[in-house]
Amino acid sequence: MVLVLAIGDLHIPHRAPDLPAKFKSMLVPGKIQHILCTGNLCIKEVHDYLKSLSPDLHITRGEYDEDVRNPENKTLTIGQFKLGLCHGHQIVPWGDLDSLAMLQRQLDVDILVTGHTHQFKAYKHEGGVVINPGSATGAYSSITYDVNPSFVLMDIDGLRVVVYVYELIDGEVKVDKIDFKKTATTQSAH
Amino acid sequence: MVPDAAAADEEKCLADGMGRLQHNAFYMHRALDSNNLKDALRYAGQMLSELRTSSLTPHKYYELYMRAFDELRKVEMFFMEETKRGTYSVTDLYELVQHAANILPRLYLLCTVGSVYIKSKEAPAKDVLKDLVEMCRGIQHPVRGLFLRSYLSQISRDKLPDIGSGFEGGANTVNDAIEFVLQNFTEMNKLWVRMQYQGPIGEKAKRGKERSELRDLVGKNLHVLSQLEGVDLDMYKETVLPRILEQVVNCKDELAQHYLMDCIIQVFPDEYHLQTLETLLSAFPQLQPTVDIKMVLSLLMDRLSNYAVSTTEVLPEFLQAEAFAKLNSAVGEVIEAQVDMPISGAITLYVSLLTFTLRIHPDRLDYIDQILGACVQRLSGKTKLEDSKATKQIIALLSAPLEKYKDISTALNLPNYPRVMDHLDNATNKVMSAIIIQNIMKNNTCISTADKVDTLFELIKGLVKDTDEAQDDELDEEDFKEEQNSVARLIHMLRTDDAEEMFKIISTVRKHILLGGPKRLAFTVPPLVFSALKLLRHLQNHDGDVNGQEVSVTQKKIFQLLHQTIEALSSVPSSELALRLYLQCAEAANDCGLEPVSYEFLTQAFILYEEEMADSKVQVTAIHLIIGTLQRMNVFGIENRDTLTHKATGYSAKLLKKTDQCRAVYACSHLFWVNEQDGVKDGERVLLCLKRALRIANAAQQMNATRGGNGHVTLFIEMLNKYLYFLEKGSPQITSSAIHDLIELIRTEIQRDNTTSDSSANAFFSSTLRYIEFHKQKGGTVSENYEQIKV
Repeated sequence: MVLVLAIGDLHIPHRAPDLPAKFKSMLVPGKIQHILCTGNLCIKEVHDYLKSLSPDLHITRGEYDEDVRNPENKTLTIGQFKLGLCHGHQIVPWGDLDSLAMLQRQLDVDILVTGHTHQFKAYKHEGGVVINPGSATGAYSSITYDVNPSFVLMDIDGLRVVVYVYELIDGEVKVDKIDFKKTATTQSAH
Repeated sequence: MVPDAAAADEEKCLADGMGRLQHNAFYMHRALDSNNLKDALRYAGQMLSELRTSSLTPHKYYELYMRAFDELRKVEMFFMEETKRGTYSVTDLYELVQHAANILPRLYLLCTVGSVYIKSKEAPAKDVLKDLVEMCRGIQHPVRGLFLRSYLSQISRDKLPDIGSGFEGGANTVNDAIEFVLQNFTEMNKLWVRMQYQGPIGEKAKRGKERSELRDLVGKNLHVLSQLEGVDLDMYKETVLPRILEQVVNCKDELAQHYLMDCIIQVFPDEYHLQTLETLLSAFPQLQPTVDIKMVLSLLMDRLSNYAVSTTEVLPEFLQAEAFAKLNSAVGEVIEAQVDMPISGAITLYVSLLTFTLRIHPDRLDYIDQILGACVQRLSGKTKLEDSKATKQIIALLSAPLEKYKDISTALNLPNYPRVMDHLDNATNKVMSAIIIQNIMKNNTCISTADKVDTLFELIKGLVKDTDEAQDDELDEEDFKEEQNSVARLIHMLRTDDAEEMFKIISTVRKHILLGGPKRLAFTVPPLVFSALKLLRHLQNHDGDVNGQEVSVTQKKIFQLLHQTIEALSSVPSSELALRLYLQCAEAANDCGLEPVSYEFLTQAFILYEEEMADSKVQVTAIHLIIGTLQRMNVFGIENRDTLTHKATGYSAKLLKKTDQCRAVYACSHLFWVNEQDGVKDGERVLLCLKRALRIANAAQQMNATRGGNGHVTLFIEMLNKYLYFLEKGSPQITSSAIHDLIELIRTEIQRDNTTSDSSANAFFSSTLRYIEFHKQKGGTVSENYEQIKV
């Protein structure tokens, strides 16, 4: 069982002062093996905080990030899965699932984690799965109205990944889960 | 004499004394063992004579004294046994010991017998005690007298006629016990004070030190009084305290007064202090002017504060005793009386008083304000504080209400609070501002009116305003960033649901941050912009509630404010950030249906792109942001839209690198196809864009071929995917043959580059082909388009 945190678009301090307290109390160091951060933290303090949760932190560049050295996109392998990470402001139209699927084919990954729209999405298509963890702080977005704070925790176990999405709605944390299975070939999930 | 030599001398003296003492003790014991009382007493007398020395400092004398004390215990036991056995009566002994040659040994022995006498109950305790305490007057030498009376105190301790002691009854009352202890105390204090005037004038410091070593001997008496069962509140109030204070005041000695006042406060219960507050405080002005009253007063207030916290039931008593009023005027009097008190001392007193008031009367904001007002008075007329002790105290003073009330609005409502802060120098203001911001963030406080926001920003002006150039340069860059980021976070706490008030808040914040100078604007402008954008959303959502006309007017005002605020970033200069913020505003204006406003913002974004962005990486990101924004806009009429899309496509084609050009141009294809119901779906222009992108891809390929590098096959595969995208959307201009040609082209290129095979390109191609296959088999209208593609 490998836990991967997908989180992003915090926009601290431009659009939000801090992570919601309820999220902070849930995100405990030492429990998460990898973190995939879509970008737009925006400042070093947030980077340091995420680093404290797990030593294996991957970040891609968001358009408001203070640190411009992060890559535009990243790929890595965890267990049987190939994962891709990209903030998403580079893919026009923003949030368009077909265009994101193209990026997924280009990066040749089973799971593509992307952000920018501040809207949680877990979308399965013939080429794999696209996951958008939304905005962890519920930050303002020109794309999405009424953003609820959210993040995603993926539990990778062999050829199966369970996606848990945590959303803060009206002060309460609601959890939902989605199952994805990969066929035992070297090709992408069907 | 040289100090070391003197010390060595003293050691020798002590050693000699000890030696002789032990020598005599030895013989004394021998005599006791053989029941030879006469000899025993003789040796005891000789032993005790060592205590007649004048050449030891108190510290060393104490060692000698303790030795004698131990020996006397054994003597006392002997007396005890003898009287029990009946060999001697107590009165006999009492008589016999008075034959000792010198008065000091005589008195020690007398006290020892006295102890036995009282225990035997052959005479009332009070008579014996009275006798002893008066006879000790025979010793007027300070050190010797103090130790003798201390001995008396020690051995009589468990024999005082206290309530329930067993020595009460008949003529003996607790009053007698009190009288005895008070008398002993008074005499001891007199001796102690007299020490100050002994010896040469030049050794004043030495004497002070020696006196300090002996102070606990005097203080012990107060301790004994506090332990007496019979000393209840009334007894304390009527008798004990007045008598003690009388002695304290009359002795007119600085050292004694300070120590004894301190002692009284520490030794007696806080409950008593509360009830005798007036009496206690009235003693303060009567003390010597050099006594550090503020320390004592602070101690008293702190103790009472802690008392209130530990037992909340006593709070009504505080009110009844009018504690605040009394302490407040006492503080005022003390500060006035001691003209030379340093400012840090005065502030310390106010801190203690404030802590007290916060605990006892948290609801009396007028009291709190009064105390702050008194501080302001003290601080006014002086230059900005530089004394670090004083600044620490002021920070404590200002932090106390914050910690207590948690909601900063309470502190903001105190008129004197900002006035105190006005007197801080810049560095201290920053420290205090940071504390204020931390308090707000920790308690999640929302500041919801423009007036309060205004007051708040006035308070934290050290962080917000550009005051002193020189000081800013000294600040570490990391620290500065942290500082400004905390101000940025703060801005999100300034909000209300009332739209009109929210606009006022935003205007107020803007007013303050624009004074921040170029270094601060990059941090403070974005949160303000997003606050305003949130307000616009809010107005949109509540469109039905308010008159449509009004909403539109307010929206325009907000956009105006946004425009001017983002413009200020040009002074930093911060063009990348400004471009992003303009684009956000353009989208927001689009959502409000305000076409000219939206157009204006996009124009500003384009101007920044044209004039300020020279770096190619920056350009690539910027153009994608512009294209992404434009793609989502539906408010434009045909003419405006054409101008903007034309500009966007033009700039895309002019990027430096061919690969960037290609990608930007095919991104522009989406400008002409919007998936919404009423969205533009101009297949022709889409195809034009795609063809242009393809030409660029070809050119890039050729350039690369001449260089002999590996191919930009990936670009072609991307193009293929884009063609498929529009095919799927049903654009009639996308033909299956065009796609087929692309597929062939890609195959050729891949084969050609087989020597330096790009595995990622292969994978990309394979997955694209799979995608086509998948859709062929899926069925439906879309599938028909796919049917015709020969893979």
